[in-house]
Amino acid sequence: MTITVRLFATLREGRGKELTLDVPEGTTPRNIVSRLAIPEDEIAILLINGRDGKMDDRLKDSDKLSLFPPVGGG
Amino acid sequence: MLQRYLRNMNTLSESDMALLSEKRVAVVGCGGLGGFLIEYLCRIGVGSLIAADPDRFDESNLNRQLLADSASLGCGKAEAAKKRAALVNPGVSLTALPLAIDVVNGPELLKGADLIMDAVDTIPARLALQETAELLKIPLIHGAVAGWYAQVSTILPGDRTFDRIYGKNPEARQRDRGIEKELGNLSFGPALTAALQTAEAMKVLLNRGGRLRRKLLVADLLENDFEVVELDRI
Repeated sequence: MTITVRLFATLREGRGKELTLDVPEGTTPRNIVSRLAIPEDEIAILLINGRDGKMDDRLKDSDKLSLFPPVGGG
Repeated sequence: MLQRYLRNMNTLSESDMALLSEKRVAVVGCGGLGGFLIEYLCRIGVGSLIAADPDRFDESNLNRQLLADSASLGCGKAEAAKKRAALVNPGVSLTALPLAIDVVNGPELLKGADLIMDAVDTIPARLALQETAELLKIPLIHGAVAGWYAQVSTILPGDRTFDRIYGKNPEARQRDRGIEKELGNLSFGPALTAALQTAEAMKVLLNRGGRLRRKLLVADLLENDFEVVELDRI
């Protein structure tokens, strides 16, 4: 199945803004984050099709996964 | 209409200005975001401000904090905000609080404010502001910045948007800082973010326009990418 991954801010470095990945059935955000070599603690917001998602959710074909790092300066 | 507000016309009306003059806005943090927020809120004509910050200026603030200059080094940030307000718009009444706002003192110190501007620089401080805004049942205008990146959101009582932005699990919420720890902050990031926050504040106070409620505006100035991301309810 195919998953679109949208990355924001520093997560784009060396990876790009938007990636289309072919992944096996049952793939989770955790699998994708690991494949992209993103440390899990660098992710503050995880959206699946614009809704709050979890690392262990099972993704479906054509899902869009969006990942954001924490931005906290003031 | 005071001459000083002539160029606010006619984007803002005389009745808008009368309304703003009755409003009290709490700016929590008087550093990067806070310095610009105080500047913008004073100039546009908000009648009354609370400016809170426990820190004093040091040289590392000079690259981006409007209230930091060679004369203010070593001075209290909240007190510098008060001096700036008096200089820019003597019609503004500003209460300076040289304190960190937390869940214990926040509800008392910010009581009477119509809204809170988030200008703090840690995640736990933001979570405390969310609790305070919830208790006082007032809106909170979020802004955060790191290097080329900025984000803004308008949080109304009950939204608890920080639970989405900074993670629901306790481990993520204990994280003190975000990517700014690595990236630092540049001169334009706080200015841009504070401008967006002020526009949101005006729309909330004057009840107009589209707002960033349950949405996060994310700006990537490196790639010139501005996006409003929808955040559904928790």
